[in-house]
Amino acid sequence: MAKDAEQKAVTQGSIRVTRSRRPAWWGVIGAAILLALLATLPFVVYADVTDALVNVFILLVVASMWNLLAGYCGLISVGQQAYIGSGAYTVLILAQNGINPFVAIPAAILVSAILSIPVSFLVFRLRAEYFAIGTWVVGEVFFLGVARFKSLGGGTGRALPGLALMDPALRGAITYWSALVVTAAALLGTYLLLRSRMGLDLTAIRDNELAARSVGVRVSTAQRVVYVVSAAGCGAAGAIIIISQLNVLASAIFSVNWSAKMIFISLIGGLGTIEGPILGTAIYFAIQQTLAQVGAWYLILLGLLAVVIAMYLPRGLWGAISSRLHLQVFPVGYWLHNSPAPRSIPSPSGGGQGGGQ
Amino acid sequence: MNWVNAVVQGILLGGLYALFATGLSILFGVVRVVNLAHGDFAVLAAYLALVVVTTTHLHPLLTLLIVVPLFGVLGYFGQRLVIQKSLDVSPVTTLLVSFGLSVVIQNALLVAFSADSHSFDVGHLISASVQVTPQLSIAVVSVMIFLSAVLLLIGLQLFLSGTALGRQIRASADDQEAARIAGVDTHHVFGIAAAIAFASVAIAGVALGIYSSFDPSAGPPRLIYAFEAVIIGGVGSLWGTLVGGIVLGVAQTLGSQIDPSSGVLAGHLVFLALLALRPQGLVRARLAA
Repeated sequence: MAKDAEQKAVTQGSIRVTRSRRPAWWGVIGAAILLALLATLPFVVYADVTDALVNVFILLVVASMWNLLAGYCGLISVGQQAYIGSGAYTVLILAQNGINPFVAIPAAILVSAILSIPVSFLVFRLRAEYFAIGTWVVGEVFFLGVARFKSLGGGTGRALPGLALMDPALRGAITYWSALVVTAAALLGTYLLLRSRMGLDLTAIRDNELAARSVGVRVSTAQRVVYVVSAAGCGAAGAIIIISQLNVLASAIFSVNWSAKMIFISLIGGLGTIEGPILGTAIYFAIQQTLAQVGAWYLILLGLLAVVIAMYLPRGLWGAISSRLHLQVFPVGYWLHNSPAPRSIPSPSGGGQGGGQ
Repeated sequence: MNWVNAVVQGILLGGLYALFATGLSILFGVVRVVNLAHGDFAVLAAYLALVVVTTTHLHPLLTLLIVVPLFGVLGYFGQRLVIQKSLDVSPVTTLLVSFGLSVVIQNALLVAFSADSHSFDVGHLISASVQVTPQLSIAVVSVMIFLSAVLLLIGLQLFLSGTALGRQIRASADDQEAARIAGVDTHHVFGIAAAIAFASVAIAGVALGIYSSFDPSAGPPRLIYAFEAVIIGGVGSLWGTLVGGIVLGVAQTLGSQIDPSSGVLAGHLVFLALLALRPQGLVRARLAA
């Protein structure tokens, strides 16, 4: 797609408009090769590697979904675990009724998305700052509601039926591929959403909500669409979580710790870019693996790191990298080129280069 | 008669929630900051009081003389050094920084004090109660906490409406730029507002330790209750926080009366219902703070 846009570069007068400063086709080819390589992994490496990667993919999906909400709409949610949990419990309920958990993943996405629509009308009544705690309350209500049902495990947790007889190696491989597909779809979906007309609206909201509103951007519609998309992605992640763990505990799946993970990953990597959560997930996972033995310390360290980065590098590590190197893997903004002169200037209206100006 | 008891206990519980909500309300009303670590700072204050009690064997109520001023100072410098710095980046940053601090405080307390829960030993006071009717007995501690919330709100009301500094706070909350043009040092004023907010949080934390118990993860629920009290009562209204706290407390105790495990859920549902039906809150905002 990047290549298409590159070729469809608009020529107006002597100014050429492209999606990125440098040709972006290498990004598409690189992503395709990476995806193909990742897809062959279950044949090449031991299950512990793919199992670890499933956890990385889950973190990447939820962080990307949170970042879509926070980085582009300015909506800070501390309650996305509501949709992670509803995705997981949708898979559980369907599996209890004899439906294969892998087949139930699309249903999990759908249920989370549908649940988020009435919730959005409620929480959108709260001003930006109180929206965070309002969504947190919603997460708690989902948790307390689910915990009341004995058939769903109440407060003690429930095993996922339907996969026990499956060969563990095959189950692990299909789980891994499902996680890979969900991750690729989440990133591609985010990318396409941001390149669409609505993406332009979202970029405008990110840079200045009031100004966006005044030039006719339908802010609340765009925000509601993103809220539903984000819930759908979190539902998919929840489905992968219950399938990879083979059981679900309400207090764990609805834990606000999920929000902490999403927030820290996005802050460290960089808010408002697609690449940020990818880099953030890598850093988060590395720190978690290194310091997991010393218990609570890794959360202290990650929290402090996120706080310092938020205060001194507001665009995160990826923002710092891309603004220096003009590097973009997922070009969603516009560049204006003065042709024939090869000089390029950043577009004042696109605002997409490395996370905006 | 049990229902009467539930309502009375709920009203008194509302006093504790109002204590928590006051700091949240002031910090948002004046500085426009929602502090997601609000509950964790209260728990931190409770642990600080615990350390004071175990080292000096002071009465828990007397630790207020140490913890409250200390938190006032913490609030002032926290505002000027951290909150203002992150506000200059963006309001969203402030929210996220406070969330990061919340996780850091919880886990630091976990490392330092383990996950055990603690409460303050206030001697005979804890069991002292007034038997109104055979089914209704009112604990002296609950009444003290309720009265301290009322006294705190009266004090703040008098301070904000009657003193020069209070007027500067209200002016800065109303319009920061205009206040600055008129010669108000808004950064200092914001620091004072944060000092008041943190001092009230310290009182709430110690009250929590006397009323029930606390552990490192006790903060987030207190933040949520405080927030619900603020929204139910009406953003920007000081007395609204007390009304909101009482509504939430009664909803929780009545919910537990119907089903012992659903008190908290009942509180959340009443909050969401009021958000849907009356988003402007129950009490009209008159003061900016």
